[in-house]
Amino acid sequence: MTKMKSPQDFAFSRRDLMRGAGALVVTAAGTSVGGRKARAALGSKVKPALHPAELDSFIHIGADGKVTAFFGKMDMGQGVDVAISQIVAEELDVTYAKVTTLLSDTGTSVNQGGASGSFAIKRGGHAMRHIAAEARRVLVEEAAKQLGVKPMALRVDDGVVSVKGNPRKKISYAEILQGRYFNHKLKWNKKYGNRLFSRGPAKPKSYKEYKVVGKPYPRIDVAGKVYGTSDFVTDIKVPGMVHGRVIHPEKAGTKIKSVDASSIKHIKGAQVVRQKDFLAVVADTEWDAVQAARDLKVTWTPSPKPFTKQKDLYNHIRKARVIKKKLDTNKGDVDGAFKSAAKVIEAEFEFPFQSHASMGPACAVVDTTSNPVMLWTGSQKAHYTAEGVERILKLKPGSVRGIWVPGPGSYGRNDAGDAAMQAAVLSKAVGKPVRVQGMRHEGTAWDPKNPASVHRCRAALDAKGNVLAYEFMSKAFDRQNVRSNESKPRDNLAGQALGVKLKPRTFFRSPEDIYTMPARRLGWEVIPPFLDRYSPLRTSHLRDPIGPQIHFASDQFHDMLAEEAGLDPVEYRLKYLVSKRDRDLIEAVAKKSGWQKRVGPNKGERGNILRGRGIGYALRSGCRVAIVSEVEVNKKTGKIWARKFTVSHDCGLIINPDGLTRTIHGNVGMAVSRILHEEVNFDEEMVTSVDWVSYPIVESPDAPEDIDVVLINRPDKPAQGAGEGSTRPVSGAVANAFYDATGVRMMRAPLSVERVKAALAKAKA
Amino acid sequence: MAKPQRMRLNVNGGHHIITVDPDMPLLYALRNDIGLNNPHFGCGLAQCGACTVHVNGKATRSCVTPVGSVKGKKIVTLTGLGTPEKPHPVQKAFLDEQVPQCGYCVNGWIMTAAEMLNKNPKLNDRQIREGLSGLKCRCGTHLAIHRAVKRAAKAMAS
Ligand code: FES
Ligand code: FES
Repeated sequence: MTKMKSPQDFAFSRRDLMRGAGALVVTAAGTSVGGRKARAALGSKVKPALHPAELDSFIHIGADGKVTAFFGKMDMGQGVDVAISQIVAEELDVTYAKVTTLLSDTGTSVNQGGASGSFAIKRGGHAMRHIAAEARRVLVEEAAKQLGVKPMALRVDDGVVSVKGNPRKKISYAEILQGRYFNHKLKWNKKYGNRLFSRGPAKPKSYKEYKVVGKPYPRIDVAGKVYGTSDFVTDIKVPGMVHGRVIHPEKAGTKIKSVDASSIKHIKGAQVVRQKDFLAVVADTEWDAVQAARDLKVTWTPSPKPFTKQKDLYNHIRKARVIKKKLDTNKGDVDGAFKSAAKVIEAEFEFPFQSHASMGPACAVVDTTSNPVMLWTGSQKAHYTAEGVERILKLKPGSVRGIWVPGPGSYGRNDAGDAAMQAAVLSKAVGKPVRVQGMRHEGTAWDPKNPASVHRCRAALDAKGNVLAYEFMSKAFDRQNVRSNESKPRDNLAGQALGVKLKPRTFFRSPEDIYTMPARRLGWEVIPPFLDRYSPLRTSHLRDPIGPQIHFASDQFHDMLAEEAGLDPVEYRLKYLVSKRDRDLIEAVAKKSGWQKRVGPNKGERGNILRGRGIGYALRSGCRVAIVSEVEVNKKTGKIWARKFTVSHDCGLIINPDGLTRTIHGNVGMAVSRILHEEVNFDEEMVTSVDWVSYPIVESPDAPEDIDVVLINRPDKPAQGAGEGSTRPVSGAVANAFYDATGVRMMRAPLSVERVKAALAKAKA
Repeated sequence: MAKPQRMRLNVNGGHHIITVDPDMPLLYALRNDIGLNNPHFGCGLAQCGACTVHVNGKATRSCVTPVGSVKGKKIVTLTGLGTPEKPHPVQKAFLDEQVPQCGYCVNGWIMTAAEMLNKNPKLNDRQIREGLSGLKCRCGTHLAIHRAVKRAAKAMAS
């Protein structure tokens, strides 16, 4: 089962692949085309160097006609590779089965940004569509030359170019290329990452011609996971590899006073690596490393108590100095409306720090003894992570080959990049390949968190309850105290321990400006972090960054305004939403869920179990999602069961409806956990959420029993990112359903058992 | 750290001689000494199930099971449970329902559900939901998990 992997193996297998292709060239060269010998007129024998302006850097067609797409992004189990293969097959006019998409590997793909911002299809797919169309254009042009007709006279069926009306006059892609490379230049926009875009003069197909895009092809990685035959990053083993474990401070902000290396003398071969504040142990076996990390005696400086008491968190945010403020929307006379208002409604909502808490603590393997230096990482952005390794080791750009291997889950910026930098530092220090993996408490307490926040909502109403002005201001920790891309040592724990200069970001974001009250002000303020470096409360992106926070507040506040105006929450949204795409979604979700119209809470509920339904609606960078949540609240236990969700979803053109539906299920499943259970606990010295008991997430008995999805396909509209959009309205929909069931507004997340019990008791008193 | 011991483990029907600290969790022996990567390290605290294997037919969390305690017992991992050619009904159902996202948790769900249904496939929805508590899936694939286990239960009961 265990595959021994070394860079040599990789280089060899790749060379082998090429050699194999070469062998096939010989055979293919002998095949006849329409009775003539084919000539290898197109392309080159040698692959042009990896570059965004080279067609070969994105698409290869083998002598067997098989197509490989090289995609500089990864897939975290949503079928991105399948969708990209569909797009490429569609534009090339080959069957889906012929295409394989290889993901994030700096040796085979250019930096398209990794997984980030739900851009895999929206940006990455957009680029691949144009590039595949250009590949087809080049091939058809060459076919026209060889067949002696105009390109317009040709058609392509499953990679075979033939003359329209004369199907016997034909040549295949494989015959044209004969295993060679296109050697064809693209026009590149000079950008890397999500914004990378390359194309040629070819125009992609109209959606009306689609045969592959829009079909429900299954994922290709599922069998390997279900039968235990595929590797995770944790399974990578390299000859001579040793095991590293990083020692984090016992309390946040403390420094090493002394290390007693003799305390691990009993573990043969175990050694201490210390560079400034970076401390780790390295041992020959994983078990030895685990024990060495456990047994190593370290004396730390006294705790500077960098955090506030947890009960004071939101007051701290309210009072804290603002380091950046921005209004994303400021339309109409907001202040004037508040002055002349018949009534002003105000509410404040609070959202806690939450942990990425991936299924396993991060793992990475780095081998600095090889050339290039090798990195195996579960990071979402292997290209950037490889750059980070280059920088932390002070190597020349291009000296690290970074290969993404599926990791134990990732939903933004988790601890994967930190593990990669730690493994790099350790491999360099001991001169051997090093595997680093944390223990559970490191995965939960020391991974990046989503930012805690306070949201102040105000509305100016006229005498009839019409909203004249709407104001939504967030005050929060920065959303990316460490960047979601790990290319800079300053954004990684190892870099911070080594004392690199910091350059934190200050950024948050408002809900999208979709409601059409006459005056609107949507903005945010960012406050400084508690601890500027090596903080277990450092913030970064967690699935739909800041979405659950702002919609917990805004969707509840809109429901409050609806009740004030004597409107049902669906009616209210339809009153203030004007775009057809928005309105269609609200109507679709109301219809599919059997929405019961009412103003204010469900007063008819009796007994111990109270039932309610609530709606949430969000636009997230082009992806629109309406959600109805149906909950059952147990008055005695305080337990909420978010039993059923109905989701209507419009992300423009749908590439794969099955993949999309499952992606929505996962979003809702995780978002339910976050709104009902998740809150990072801490005291003045340290994060105290360290495992699944102190950081509980949703479990089987409490998971939703149904998530009903209505997909609205807009094939004439560009495909938008759907990776995270359906997370966004869950928090507000659940809180609104809770209010409907109980008549109690929850101003603070999560809606945990204790908090619900307290809120219900308070309402009764 | 106890003295390394030479021991024989019976895993997936094969015998493996290893020399290890008997106090070391079985998980590390399977992954590193025998080279079976199916059980994963999720928590090391018996809180998530990612490391589950069957010991004498019982779903067992290998992260807290000393390797010395399973000498002479029958250990089965995910690859021993079934193969693409001869899948366990639970594996087949997980494939049909396309359950895993990241898939790091899936070993735990399959091994636990397999033991549960091997004992008694005639379980109602409530019993299935409750029977799988104590396992974690961070990706939130519970809906698909429940569908798959119900599907497998049906197949096994008939
Ligand atoms: S790793 Fe064993 S239960 Fe979590
Ligand atoms: S599929 Fe990722 S943790 Fe379950």
